[in-house]
Amino acid sequence: MKNISWRWIVVLAVIAVAIVYTLPTFNPGLWPHKKINLGLDLQGGMHLVLEVDAEKTVESAIDRIHQDLRGFMRKEHIAYTRVERLKAAEITVHIPEDQLEKFEDLLDKQFRELRLASKSSDNGVVAMRFDLPEAETEHIKTMAVDQALETIRNRIDEFGVSEPDIRREGEKRVLIQLPGITDTQRAKQLIGRTALLEFKLVDDAHDPRTALEGGLPPGTELLYEVQTDPITHRTIKTPFLLHSQTLLTGVYLTDARVQIDSQYNEPYVSIEFDKKGAQIFERITGENVKKRLAIVLDKKVYSAPVIQEQISGGSARITGNFTTEEAKDLAIVLRAGALPAPVNIIEERTVGPSLGSDSIRMGLISMLVGGLLVIVFMIIYYNFSGIIADLALLVNIVLIAAGLAVFQATLTMPGIAGIILTIGMAVDANVLIFERIREELSLGKTALAALAAGYDRASLTILDANVTTLIAALVLFQFGTGPIKGFAVTLSLGVLSSLFTALVLTRAVFDYLLINRKMKRLSI
Amino acid sequence: MQIIKPGINLNIIGKSKIVFSLSMALIVISILSLIFHKGPRYGIDFSGGTLIQIKFGGPATIDAIKSGLKAMNLANASVQTFGEESENEYLVRTDASADMDEAFSSKLKSALDSATQNESEIRRVEMVGPQVGKDLQEKALFAIFYTLLFIAIYISGRFELKWVISGVMAAALTGAVYLFSLFQVSVAFLIAVALIVTLILFWVLSLRYAMGAIVALIHDIIITVGLFSLMEKEFSLPIIAALLTIIGYSLNDTIIVFDRIRENLKKYHKESLAFIINRSVNETLSRTILTSLTTLIVVFSLFVLGGGIIHDFAFALLIGIVIGTYSSIYVASPILLFWEARGRRASG
Repeated sequence: MKNISWRWIVVLAVIAVAIVYTLPTFNPGLWPHKKINLGLDLQGGMHLVLEVDAEKTVESAIDRIHQDLRGFMRKEHIAYTRVERLKAAEITVHIPEDQLEKFEDLLDKQFRELRLASKSSDNGVVAMRFDLPEAETEHIKTMAVDQALETIRNRIDEFGVSEPDIRREGEKRVLIQLPGITDTQRAKQLIGRTALLEFKLVDDAHDPRTALEGGLPPGTELLYEVQTDPITHRTIKTPFLLHSQTLLTGVYLTDARVQIDSQYNEPYVSIEFDKKGAQIFERITGENVKKRLAIVLDKKVYSAPVIQEQISGGSARITGNFTTEEAKDLAIVLRAGALPAPVNIIEERTVGPSLGSDSIRMGLISMLVGGLLVIVFMIIYYNFSGIIADLALLVNIVLIAAGLAVFQATLTMPGIAGIILTIGMAVDANVLIFERIREELSLGKTALAALAAGYDRASLTILDANVTTLIAALVLFQFGTGPIKGFAVTLSLGVLSSLFTALVLTRAVFDYLLINRKMKRLSI
Repeated sequence: MQIIKPGINLNIIGKSKIVFSLSMALIVISILSLIFHKGPRYGIDFSGGTLIQIKFGGPATIDAIKSGLKAMNLANASVQTFGEESENEYLVRTDASADMDEAFSSKLKSALDSATQNESEIRRVEMVGPQVGKDLQEKALFAIFYTLLFIAIYISGRFELKWVISGVMAAALTGAVYLFSLFQVSVAFLIAVALIVTLILFWVLSLRYAMGAIVALIHDIIITVGLFSLMEKEFSLPIIAALLTIIGYSLNDTIIVFDRIRENLKKYHKESLAFIINRSVNETLSRTILTSLTTLIVVFSLFVLGGGIIHDFAFALLIGIVIGTYSSIYVASPILLFWEARGRRASG
């Protein structure tokens, strides 16, 4: 008798806890526990995997060092015949032999990170190649991915998506999950944009058109302003010849906001620099009055106004025929900062909200139909005992739902399939026990003895048989991606809960009926 | 009610020749189909590419959709109906994966709208880059590999109740696989190595129950994969999940039959092994059929009512459950007997 009451306490406690955790899903706000998470395939949304082109950051690091090196050599009056960045992340330096000492001095003082890759001497000229050691490049790459992750997180926060999931995946990938998002195009634009803001001087000494044909003058580059005509929808590209040297970048930005121009009623983005940025901006504008300063974003010229006077105070504006939405997104990316390297979308899975709700509906219908068929079948086959097995089945479903809520796991379409599969498999344990009881009854045992023998003999087998399914489910959980993980979760929960209901719950019910209610015959 | 009467006595062992030929035939057909189709047909999860699910407001022809796709430079995309004909839903698949710019879906929508004279809704877009496809392939193979590894270790310990031997198994398997992985071979090759090593170890250590179980398992997987290939269905991540579930499920049945054999071996130690195996399979037959039946009921309802997304997954489970049940009854146990016959020949 003692045994029975112990079982009942466990059973009732488990069911009570399960109900406490499950209810908020159907009646939100009942008590403060979260509802069951729905996967992107059920609620709609976007799953993106980005790859950070980290090699590019190494190249730009070398580029920066190259620029600095030239600057320092000029400053220290070191004569050179050649200082260039090579295609691979390398710098080549050719200097007369008598300059070598001064040059090596400079390296020691300012460029400790550079590694000498090769050195040869010919006709009094020393040719050297430098690159960065692997540890340094690896560090740069890791930092680039970290920074990209942070930047994307900021952008998405500002964009306003509820419960986004952004995390690093592997060495240089970023996984982004945006549930419930409908404007996927805009989100992709926002996330994928490098948003590198640069200020460069326009080279007015040369005509960009002749430069197009005859090759670029040294130290310049050709970039375009791209505008879309609002009426004809045609894009117009205007070439600009710019000095390649970047005078100021978006690194010093503290704020970017959308404003409406009172004169033309057009949106523009106003930007604010920090103290250092403001100083640089003041110096540039002071030194280049009457020249044109191009505002370049991601290698596209947005505008190139003539500097009328020195600008102090550290604020500027970016104009460029924006729609309000474009201006808003530009402000977001500028505020969140530039990506350290370009990113590529290498995996994308988007599910529209209507497809998601269809999936939920169809999943529930097949669960209901399959479940009812099994319930009816069990009653026909095992009569009264079938009802007890069906009771166990219903408790099972509640337990799986509660498990999902407790572990804050995500329910996906394959996850629903896992629950449906569990409905079919959960009765297995009861079938095993019932068949065993029938066998024992046919040997002439009393109901109580047959029951005890049935449970005792079947228990170990049931435990064992479920381990294999659990192994498969756990491996799937480890290796699966989103939806498959959902399947692994519901399958494992199903296996565990069916073990509980078959071995503890139904036993408690049978014992109650046979011992406490003194039932003599078992309807099985 | 009872479907299988208690006194049932099918001559399972007596039919082992017929069963053996049937299984061999199915395996040969499966392998031939795989060779003929040049391996399994990979979905975009594994091959990389783009999949777009589009629903139209009214009836649209595949030709009209194709002409719309042509305007988008997607002339070589394949188009097929998805789910019920009356739903006007289609799947477009291309091998291209990289050139999806931000405006892609809105451009595609307007191209399709004008080509089919219908309002279209892009309900699902899946793009998998070639590198991601390769990674997912590797991940899926690793999942299969680890499932087989853990299960081989588990059943060698469990069936024979010799956990020391199971430990030896684990060490030998891991060692062999590690040795081969040093040569940078593909994961598929590693799986083959692991399976062969497992079979050899079972043989050498005379773990006959484990041997029977693992042979039945390989049998199920080959036939399920073969039938999938025969019906030209695609392998995607969910299908791999279904395969692993089948592995677990098929073993479940086998374990229960084997448990009964061991129990009966103690009970009727004077009878021949053939008799005991036959009796045990018959005793558990009712349970085996019943459980398969309830599982089939629910999976079938998922197959019919679950919608297109889960259709192939349910189909793989359907095949797997039928084959798994068949192999638990007709394949796994006769192998024990085959082993016994071999032992007798060797000793006498």
